[in-house]
Amino acid sequence: MQQYSGFGLFKHSLSHHENWQRVWRNPIPKSHYDVVIVGGGGHGLATAYYLAKNHGITNIAVVEKGYLGGGNTARNTTIVRSNYLWDEAAQLYEHALKLWEGLAQELNYNLMFSQRGVLNLGHTLQDMRDIERRVNANRLNGIDSEVLNTEQVQQLVPILDCSKNTRYPILGASWQPRGGTARHDAVAWGYARAANALGVDLLQQTEVIGMRTQDGVISGVETNRGFISANKVACVTAGNSSVLANMVGLQLPLESHPLQAMVSEPLKPILDTVVMSNHVHGYISQSDKGDLVIGAGIDSYLGYGQRGSLNVLEHTAAAIIEMFPIFSRVRINRTWGGIVDTCPDACPIISKTPIKGLYFNCGWGTGGFKATPGSGHVFAHTIAHDNPHPLAKPFSLDRFISGQLIDEHGAAGVAH
Amino acid sequence: MQINRLNHGGNIDRNQVLSFQFNGMTYQGYQGDTLASALLANGVNVVGRSFKYSRPRGIMTADAQEPNAIFQIGTNASTIPNPRATQTPLYDNLVASSTNGWPNVEFDMMAGIGKLGGAMMPPGFYYKTFMYPQSMWMNYEKLIRKGAGLGRSPMTADPDRYDTMHHHCDVMIIGGGVAGIMAALNAAQTGANVIICDEQEQLGGQTLSSTETVNDITATQWLSQQIEQLRKQENILVLSRSTTFGYYDHNLIGINQRCTDHLGEHVPHSTRQRVHKVRAKQIVLATGAHERPLVYGNNDIPGCMLANAISTYIQCYAVIPGNKLVLMTTNDSAYQAAIDWHDAGRQVMAIIDTRPKTDSAIIQQAQNKGINIIFSHAVIEVQGSKRVNSVNIAPINNTGDNVIGPAINIVCDTVASSGGWSPVLHLSSHLGQKPLWRDDIIGFVPGQNDLLNCGAVSGKYALLSVIEDGIATGGKAAELSGFERLTDLPIPDIIPQITAAPMALFHVPHIQTTSRAPKQFVDYQNDVTAAAIELANREGFESIEHVKRYTALGFGTDQGKLGNINGIAITAKSLAKTIPETGTTIFRPMYTPTTMGALAGAHVKQLFAPARFTAMHQWHLQHGAEFEDVGQWKRPWYFPKNGESMQQALLRECLATRNSVGILDASTLGKIDIQGKDAREFLNRIYTNAWSKLGIGKCRYGVMCKEDGMIFDDGVTSCINDHHFIMTTTTGGAAGVLQWLELWHQTEWPELEVYFTSVTDHWTTMTISGPNSRKVLQKVCQDDVSKQALPFMSWIDATVAGVKARIFRISFTGELSFEINVPANLGLSVWQHIMDAGAEFEITPYGTETMHILRAEKGFIIVGQDTDGSVTPQDLDMNWVISPNKSFSCIGKRSWDRIDTKRNDRKQMVGLKAKDTNQVLPEGAQIVLDPQQKLPMTMVGHVTSSYFSACLGYSFALALVKSGTSRYGETVYLPQANGQIYEAEICSPIFYDPKGERQHVE
Amino acid sequence: MLQIHCPYCQEYREEEEFSYAGQAHIERPSEPESLTDQEWAQYLFFRKNPRGLHHEMWYHIHGCKQFFNVCRHTVTYQIISSYKIGDRPELEQSKAVDKESINAN
Repeated sequence: MQQYSGFGLFKHSLSHHENWQRVWRNPIPKSHYDVVIVGGGGHGLATAYYLAKNHGITNIAVVEKGYLGGGNTARNTTIVRSNYLWDEAAQLYEHALKLWEGLAQELNYNLMFSQRGVLNLGHTLQDMRDIERRVNANRLNGIDSEVLNTEQVQQLVPILDCSKNTRYPILGASWQPRGGTARHDAVAWGYARAANALGVDLLQQTEVIGMRTQDGVISGVETNRGFISANKVACVTAGNSSVLANMVGLQLPLESHPLQAMVSEPLKPILDTVVMSNHVHGYISQSDKGDLVIGAGIDSYLGYGQRGSLNVLEHTAAAIIEMFPIFSRVRINRTWGGIVDTCPDACPIISKTPIKGLYFNCGWGTGGFKATPGSGHVFAHTIAHDNPHPLAKPFSLDRFISGQLIDEHGAAGVAH
Repeated sequence: MQINRLNHGGNIDRNQVLSFQFNGMTYQGYQGDTLASALLANGVNVVGRSFKYSRPRGIMTADAQEPNAIFQIGTNASTIPNPRATQTPLYDNLVASSTNGWPNVEFDMMAGIGKLGGAMMPPGFYYKTFMYPQSMWMNYEKLIRKGAGLGRSPMTADPDRYDTMHHHCDVMIIGGGVAGIMAALNAAQTGANVIICDEQEQLGGQTLSSTETVNDITATQWLSQQIEQLRKQENILVLSRSTTFGYYDHNLIGINQRCTDHLGEHVPHSTRQRVHKVRAKQIVLATGAHERPLVYGNNDIPGCMLANAISTYIQCYAVIPGNKLVLMTTNDSAYQAAIDWHDAGRQVMAIIDTRPKTDSAIIQQAQNKGINIIFSHAVIEVQGSKRVNSVNIAPINNTGDNVIGPAINIVCDTVASSGGWSPVLHLSSHLGQKPLWRDDIIGFVPGQNDLLNCGAVSGKYALLSVIEDGIATGGKAAELSGFERLTDLPIPDIIPQITAAPMALFHVPHIQTTSRAPKQFVDYQNDVTAAAIELANREGFESIEHVKRYTALGFGTDQGKLGNINGIAITAKSLAKTIPETGTTIFRPMYTPTTMGALAGAHVKQLFAPARFTAMHQWHLQHGAEFEDVGQWKRPWYFPKNGESMQQALLRECLATRNSVGILDASTLGKIDIQGKDAREFLNRIYTNAWSKLGIGKCRYGVMCKEDGMIFDDGVTSCINDHHFIMTTTTGGAAGVLQWLELWHQTEWPELEVYFTSVTDHWTTMTISGPNSRKVLQKVCQDDVSKQALPFMSWIDATVAGVKARIFRISFTGELSFEINVPANLGLSVWQHIMDAGAEFEITPYGTETMHILRAEKGFIIVGQDTDGSVTPQDLDMNWVISPNKSFSCIGKRSWDRIDTKRNDRKQMVGLKAKDTNQVLPEGAQIVLDPQQKLPMTMVGHVTSSYFSACLGYSFALALVKSGTSRYGETVYLPQANGQIYEAEICSPIFYDPKGERQHVE
Repeated sequence: MLQIHCPYCQEYREEEEFSYAGQAHIERPSEPESLTDQEWAQYLFFRKNPRGLHHEMWYHIHGCKQFFNVCRHTVTYQIISSYKIGDRPELEQSKAVDKESINAN
């Protein structure tokens, strides 16, 4: 793998950048792989990378129907944090956050992981009780987290309307300094480049149209480029997970919904932290390019259309103005939607299935991006050992039968 | 001095001189100008600096594609970041400035860095550096962020207001060019209701700058007649200055109308912008086409413009933006720019036609005017710094891939280019449909969808064919929306012109390879060059989406309008694919940027969400209440008196209630009237306890679970008669409970005869509570409210203060309590009578906080505070509210029998007594058994409610603790953020009057 | 934004008047106690979640307060039919499938 560095840039500038290597090969599919990973988004690519790096399995294909990182990896609002309520979720997301912290160096790819801190605002007394509860749990789980009062919030974000004149005045917030944002596309590309260097075949424009099983064991995937046999198949297809499961007759406890987001035109720097509010339903940060990156609420209905309804965006605009009245004259440049697969308890599924050799990693709902490294890391372990990683164990499909759900709804709600 | 203003022509009013400021200088323009035309009239060359390399940039277009003239317009609270000068109508005293360049656009310090560092900034350079050491990134980023952004956000709240209108129409026409106008007129004559909207200041589109002849008059005169007709027609609504920003499902479009932006910075007492949401039976896309620039060396030096923009400035604004023009074109249409230039009396140095020698009417026309036309050549490079001073032209081969001879230099100050036209199909793609490539017009057209297309957006460019298409499409749209199509409007007389075929050329070759040639810009806003795209391709970014994301092609505020097709063509060529194989990125809303305030409409400030008030709200205000938001309701939180602190007020309110009498406004509790002969059976199914034997006049507490067995709401339901019950719900849960009841009734048990009506707003509810509450009640009520007549958990019809009322003897405080329900309109009056009657007992109004304390002393839960969606009734030690013997398996019951819900080490509700009895344990504090353990600690539960009890004299709390009910007497620890560790003892959650004697009192 | 036909009001109304209520035609087991945990979980949580035609319930929350069924395509969002609770769905598959092929990407 060609190492990237500032010096390298200088060197290549002398030859007019004519000699940069390809970041990944464009291989012809082999007839057999040890592991086929379906889905070339951040989670799938991370899974491939950690399988190759930590578990010595390199005969891997990542099968992607479109282009790498083109699904929710390309469509999220890039927020990273780990201040989840329940121990199981908090520990999984904190595992991810710790991996984020050294990832650019590990992958030799600048993911622009920017720990500018995340604020979750409270607007009602119950919000504040929930914030206290979550922050206390976070701290005892070893996660940096603080409760801020209104004055502290105002100091941190001077442009936030912390007055009592709003419809839902801000009563305080939780604050995770280590949270922040990352350059979403770079995460997919960084993992792809590193996985490719370890020998993983990245098969773009390769769509899985069926799966073969024999006596309850997976034997491979049918694709638009022919059958690919595999000892193990791992599906990391987010919104399309139910479609994949359906190919082997499985149902999952998932619903796929549109989740919308939007960006403003670029502005001179004005907002340094990530600000989220469950209560008024909006979250916002400013990218390094200057755009305000704004997350909307989830559309209520099932939808695979990568688009949602206008009224959701209207509400989001109102929510942002409720928090930041100064942004009223700022203009929205672009809106879009992703497909999020939501679980009844707002927690993911990282699990074996009734079919031997078939694994699913899905159900991340609105919270997938931030988990990317952790998700790939524990899923790779689960696949390699055919046994869940300790952090993944609580997230198996069994919990829907036993009733041992990890209900993050109250703590997470819409805002991720 | 408007050095570039012509003495005649244009749609400007020379009698109305407008003065404006740009970058601190004062200039003059005319009514009818855009800011761009006025700047060009004044000979302003440099209007901005580019984002990455800080290169000087000038105005390039006359429309929504403009990449360079992006300004900060307006002052203070009414400033707007990033409008395009080409779409900003001039008004008197307009103030504008460039968004980049320091200290100013003419002398930008960053330009040096851009020149030196530029070579080290290929696409994606930031992914390849700034990584080491890890700790430094935040510092690097600080510097990177300093250079971010275009304009500045206002720093104070918006003084303007916005609103929203909804429309339903038969035919919606998007685009007020000649195609749209003819479609509207022809559709409207069938009787259909038509709306037509147009983004520009003036209707007319490209035809405004046409020099053709229609029906023996000029095209512009003919156009004016049509527009006049349009405005006369009563069934046509014309929305000008109105941008359709998005096309949404089921034929909905969103339009943003700029109502006052052309009048000034801030126009008091008016709506600045209005979003129109139109549901149309048929939508006609008549959005026209944008001209494509060609990609050639140094094509960003001020003076490089689109050919069509030049015609627009000359014809519409009487502005000629230079002296010596070189025009490069791949097609006939651009010739008009040179002809207009020539006719305006300035010099056309040459028309450089990239095509092999060809002939057509307009070529002849140019030749006849003596303009020098050079075929089979291209402008390969421009020279100049802040203005073009010459170009190099060179012969190219027939496919436009290579330079095949030496270059020669031509002196000029303006370079117009045209690579053909791109239909404005963006809206057609908003629902996910991919555009289709057409080789014959060298452009993408809308893919198949529910929209009708006409005019240039469907690849028809000649005026005659546009008019024909508009008329036909308008008729078709009316017909499809159910109107009888009449004889179409007549087609006017236009002499068809003989044209020559255009050439498919996007990226002009240079003598050097692309990577070594002078910068050839594709996307001006993000400084994306042809070399950058080729490099991205070489590195493996081959999907057009990857190219976009890696190079930032199309990420600007024009969303790639100007550069995307060229970028796609360059990618296709470098990957040896065709353009349709390469495909486009998907266009998404917004078509052009849309003000956030307009999207929010009126839903700002106190109208962000509806606020609900009880009948006594004014009284509460007058008596100094502090309020708490509960859902949409404003509830009194506590009533501080004479400068009391909150804690002082609570102590007073609690003691008054326990010792004498308090009064609570409980109107916000949800109330659902349930009637029907099967009402009782329905309650049996929906609640966890049994309702078969609840007698008339009796009340009972019930808990509702979701089917997963977890508590979802609670409240008291009373039997009015055998077929009539009144249910109360939590304040926040009312709507959800009603939906829940309807769901089960309508979908599972339609055979049950039962009806639900929300009556929350119909009743005012006031609760008087405390040992003296009966005495107060008896002063305003002649009915018998003794224990015999009105025992605990029963209700009666009565008259209170002369008003018919229902009195429920139920208690959430544990005291003798009466809940008095009267019709809402009379609530305030009854409340006041009770306050008067209670004066001798010092009746004390209390709010939600005292209510919370008093109920917690009794161990009564608040759903949502003491429960969180993971708590069963058993977890709350409330087995008494579960009836095991009901014949019907009530909602949620089966789920209690799952492995996890059966565990006896679940978190269970307990009481906590702090070791330091004055210390109120923090709500939300986590509980551990061993405070010395390392992180992450094993947490066994958390505090859900915690208060200081005035009556008990010590603090107390409710908590959920693992195996809590079997841990009474054990000590637990609550480690705090500040390192302090609170100690507490687990106890029964019932702290006050555990036997419940007080509520049963005589 | 969807425009939904309420079969009770007999009118097309805006999505904002309605509340989505999940997969339709899930019958509550008549004897929950006789089900295994697995079967109960299936009823509680597991859903079809199809990419294609979906039968779903909507609630006319700001209107007649009736639940009803809608057959809708989850990619094109085209509504094939809306019908009352208790009625059987009528499928017009071909129309919707045609649309999806346009949308395939």
